[in-house]
Amino acid sequence: MNIGQSMLEALETLNGNKLRSGLTILGIVIGVGAVIAMLAIGQGAQNTITGAISGIGTNLLFVSSGNQVQDVRNPKPLTLSDAQAITDPFAAPDVLAVAPIIQGSGDVTADGQTMRVSVTGTTPVYFVMQNYSLIEGDFLTQDNLQGNASAVVIGPGVADKLFSRRNGVVGETIRINGQPFHIVGLLQSKGGGMFGSQDNQVIVPFTTAQTRLIHRSVLNEVDELYVQAASARAVPFATDEVKQILRQRHRTPVGVDDFSVFSQADFLTIATTVTGVFTIFLGGIAGISLLVGGIGIMNIMLVSVTERTREIGLRKALGARKRDILIQFLIESSMLSLIGGVIGILLGWFLGFIVGRIAAASGNPFNPAISLNAILLATLFSAAVGLFFGIYPANRAASLEPVEALRYE
Amino acid sequence: MTKDLVILAEDLMKVYQMGQVEVNALAGVSLSIERGEVVAIMGPSGSGKSTLMNILGCLDLPTSGRYVLDGEVVETLNDDQLANIRNRKVGFIFQSFNLLSRTTALANVELPLRYAGKIPDRRERARAALESVGLGDRISHRPTELSGGQQQRVAIARALINNPAIIMADEPTGNLDSKVGKEILDLLLALNRDKGTTLIIVTHDPVIATQTQRIIRLRDGLVEEKK
Repeated sequence: MNIGQSMLEALETLNGNKLRSGLTILGIVIGVGAVIAMLAIGQGAQNTITGAISGIGTNLLFVSSGNQVQDVRNPKPLTLSDAQAITDPFAAPDVLAVAPIIQGSGDVTADGQTMRVSVTGTTPVYFVMQNYSLIEGDFLTQDNLQGNASAVVIGPGVADKLFSRRNGVVGETIRINGQPFHIVGLLQSKGGGMFGSQDNQVIVPFTTAQTRLIHRSVLNEVDELYVQAASARAVPFATDEVKQILRQRHRTPVGVDDFSVFSQADFLTIATTVTGVFTIFLGGIAGISLLVGGIGIMNIMLVSVTERTREIGLRKALGARKRDILIQFLIESSMLSLIGGVIGILLGWFLGFIVGRIAAASGNPFNPAISLNAILLATLFSAAVGLFFGIYPANRAASLEPVEALRYE
Repeated sequence: MTKDLVILAEDLMKVYQMGQVEVNALAGVSLSIERGEVVAIMGPSGSGKSTLMNILGCLDLPTSGRYVLDGEVVETLNDDQLANIRNRKVGFIFQSFNLLSRTTALANVELPLRYAGKIPDRRERARAALESVGLGDRISHRPTELSGGQQQRVAIARALINNPAIIMADEPTGNLDSKVGKEILDLLLALNRDKGTTLIIVTHDPVIATQTQRIIRLRDGLVEEKK
């Protein structure tokens, strides 16, 4: 029997029982759709997160207080003098620049609109490191820093919310926690970041933040140091130099650093691992529904074999071998799952699209990515489900004795 | 031996295990049928008619005994070889027609050819077979759109399609009224006259039996043969 004709015949048979075939296919559609959508969402999350991390530049190091791996007693906070020490070109030849960061949150107000934003206090070099660009105005300057100026650079999200426009906001005054600040620059949109959208932030001079907005217990304490290595290749050397300097300054015991240095590569690795596990987890849960769909196929095929006992007997009387019957029923069950798989891929794509839209509408732009691999996987898997769950019923059909089967009522 | 025997059965036994009891459905049947003969198999129910038909039609194997169909020794064959013999050498006609209701008359007639391996002109052959039973204008009708007599004609066309050595008809007119039944019987007899097809009819009906050349009567799993 040739396969093409058998497939046509299988389609005819399935068509003869539309409701039943449809419901069985629906089980697979939901299973495959769920797998595709979940993989797409996982993949999309991974892309967004790794994209955000890649966006921060490949030659950046992040230094923070405390040790994430070991338990350290009384870690010393990082201070401006630590930052100063790291900029020493002799002790740290591979370090290009250091930006101290102090971060908090605050309410900004203008034109009667209020918004909660993240407030960052830093130095001018930070803008270069972060690859920021401006819609209008200027970055903070060294003068702003030394003059303790009430100057602020705002993200586009803040401009949208407070002024409902993205031009002519430079020169306006906003209040941060009640204190007036002059807008000197408006940042170009950068999209979502690791810790929320970077578009909803305001950046003020480090000195201003320290004295007026974000209070820290230790004099000149900073939350984080951003260190720019001379090049991506120099990142490991710069890491060693930074560690060396901080160990000396903090007088830590050997092997027990009270600070952590992360590079972008470290973050990427962690993020990829985490989102990978997340994707597998989502896919696995969705896989259960595919399994249930497969059991549905098996169930309906068993019913079909019983109903068509006479037909099987007749076919055998007319010369069908065991193998012919086996193939006939396997094709039917794989057709069910394959059709379900194709529709399921479309459904999954659609679900992913909807989730993407919802994410965009709620301010976290995020694109569920349907990879070719996911589609191949789902197609193969659904065909395999059809075959696997079809084997038992088909085998049962093929082993019927022709005499018994013909006599069956 | 100058006779051209299409069926040679010697001492066929068939024993069924019914729970604890063994039932001898066939208790040693010997018979021979020549090519081109029309034979009726008669007997009361429980006489072993169906069992004999199943074995002669290669649907089932005898418990013991020897059976040669058209030169092939049947009792030693496995399932696939039996399927092959049924496909090539036996055409079945059933009381309840046994057509596939989802497909057309043409597809029903074609079905045995599909199990016969690659046959390029099977559509044409199926069409020709339907024409030979007078259904040339009904080839794309489904069985549900045909009368009982027409359905049985489709079944006859299907039985003929592989030019089998024997046609086994199990109560071919049992589900038809007497007028249509006579037409079907006449068609079968005409096929025997024109093509020399060997015809074995299992029946209760003495009217049908008298139109055959020979009646094999079974009783309690044994033959009481009369010419």
